[in-house]
Amino acid sequence: MFSSFSQRRWTIVCLWVLIIAVIVAAPAVLPVFRLNLLGRFLSLSIVALGIDLIWGFTGLLSLGQGIFFALGGYAAAMYLQLSNAGDLPNGIPEFFGLYGVKELPFFWHPFASPWFALIAIWLIPGILAAVLGGLVFRNRIKGVYFSILTQAALLVFYNLFNGQQKLINGTNGLQTPATKLFGQYVGSDLMQRWFFWVTAVVVILIWALLRWVVRGRFGDVLIAIRDDEPRLRFAGYNPTLFKTFVFGLAGALAGIGGALYTVQSGSASPQFMEVPMSIDMVIWVAVGGRGTLVGAILGAVVINFAKSLVSEAMPESWLFIQGGLFILVVTALPEGVIGWFRGDGPGNLLNRVGLSRPSATYPSLELDGQEEVQP
Amino acid sequence: MTMLSTGGEALLELQQITVSFDGFLALRDLNLSLTPGELRAVIGPNGAGKTTFLDVITGKTAPTEGDVVFKGCSLLGRPEHRIARMGIGRKFQSPRVFEHLSVQDNLVLAVNQPKQPWSLLVGGLNASQRDQVHHLMSIVNLQNRADWAAGSLSHGQKQWLEIAMLVGQDPDLLLVDEPVAGLTDEETDLTADLLKSLAGDHTVLVIEHDMEFIRRLESPVTVLHQGHVLCEGTMDQVQADPRVIEVYLGTTEEDNG
Repeated sequence: MFSSFSQRRWTIVCLWVLIIAVIVAAPAVLPVFRLNLLGRFLSLSIVALGIDLIWGFTGLLSLGQGIFFALGGYAAAMYLQLSNAGDLPNGIPEFFGLYGVKELPFFWHPFASPWFALIAIWLIPGILAAVLGGLVFRNRIKGVYFSILTQAALLVFYNLFNGQQKLINGTNGLQTPATKLFGQYVGSDLMQRWFFWVTAVVVILIWALLRWVVRGRFGDVLIAIRDDEPRLRFAGYNPTLFKTFVFGLAGALAGIGGALYTVQSGSASPQFMEVPMSIDMVIWVAVGGRGTLVGAILGAVVINFAKSLVSEAMPESWLFIQGGLFILVVTALPEGVIGWFRGDGPGNLLNRVGLSRPSATYPSLELDGQEEVQP
Repeated sequence: MTMLSTGGEALLELQQITVSFDGFLALRDLNLSLTPGELRAVIGPNGAGKTTFLDVITGKTAPTEGDVVFKGCSLLGRPEHRIARMGIGRKFQSPRVFEHLSVQDNLVLAVNQPKQPWSLLVGGLNASQRDQVHHLMSIVNLQNRADWAAGSLSHGQKQWLEIAMLVGQDPDLLLVDEPVAGLTDEETDLTADLLKSLAGDHTVLVIEHDMEFIRRLESPVTVLHQGHVLCEGTMDQVQADPRVIEVYLGTTEEDNG
């Protein structure tokens, strides 16, 4: 018992040493192009952390996190567009000229303030998620019905943003590389390096925040909601409050991820809200390991790196590999890679492919260590 | 019928409850009242409406007609968690514990107060609550299993863990649905003693099929039949009642004989 516990500890410590080593070494070793990719993928891992909170711990499978991701991205891009609009004709962002818009739409005005933008990046998606989630949870809609609703909401927002040329440049989105922050072009190597560092620090802070949230009694309530929500009501807890809170928190995290992704990828656009993007986010968490937090980070970073490497070599094959990965996880590693390591990883896998003798399933038989079950 | 005489105000009163599921009357014109500290057994053949009756009290099912009054307040229209916080705890027919949480964490969730998100994030259990968790584990003999996932317990241990969670909520009224289903004889006896010891400080309502167990409780018995109270009395009185023999015990005796 003790040895397996400390072994688990060691696995986690090694993982963290690896993660921090990668983050510290990356700027020195990687060319800016790769560093920028790593920064983007770390931004995506913030969204994945939020999904792990609501899905891995609380059992809410959202297929609409792209909404909140995009809102955070747009908030950041709108601030950047305005921050150097003063140099432009009319004093408004350039794209408005294409559609003959002379005056800044009213909702753009607050985004001229960096403080407003910094808060809006997480608060607007957070509040939207809490409001949408609260309405759904209040009516006790759960399971696949909840997932379908989130995907429907995603499509609504996708179409909405795509159609608004005169307000937010429609399908083209808002570009950021030619804008300036602290006197530097956002697209410059210097700024991209800084964005990488900021993203890495934010990922670690959010990981620590979520770990605090899921450890202890609050996290136990989340797991209880996932396992048997009606039972929890009879124990005097109101699951709606807890679900609304964590869904709002996950929305806010998606917004932060979206903002950091936008400044590193160069634009915020409705493509963030395409259906496959939000499903990919769920796959990262499933592959990394639900309910493990660190699995969400690894899943997002590793899968996206694999995707970019494979796409460079064999552009057509990625979708097949991703599909295969998903099938592998569903059939052989239902707890994901990290969950597999935490549990009885290798033995369990051998069991599943039928290579090892099945052991007694009743746990106390194994733990008492006295009885042997003969097949 | 002396055991049923009400000493004072009723803790719980069901007044002419009717529950209709698309025209099927699961409960019809059901009246029942419990005095504080009372231990009461409810029996009835399958389909008599026993579980629906608990669903009505705990807010899971809204009655079509009638009223449920607890401590002088109507429970109608209140969500389950509010009714639970008012002091009604429920143990389910098949044990429902949170399988991925440890035995100790299951009990902590039951004992913890207040049950609001923010206080759960920032606060901790106080010393007396921690003592209570340990006390509960020793009552149900699970102190050696504190860190085990509840899902890995045996059926009987889960039954007991759920009873301990119920006690940990410290409700005024405990609704216990088939607590000894699937337990060994020894465990059944211990459960009967446990429930008897809880009565007095708490009001306990037990639903059971096991007649020996009910007899051990030495409590007044209410017989439900087709959603209606057929009769009330001591176990001997009830077993002697010709109506009861006809609908319930009679068939059991025939089966046994």
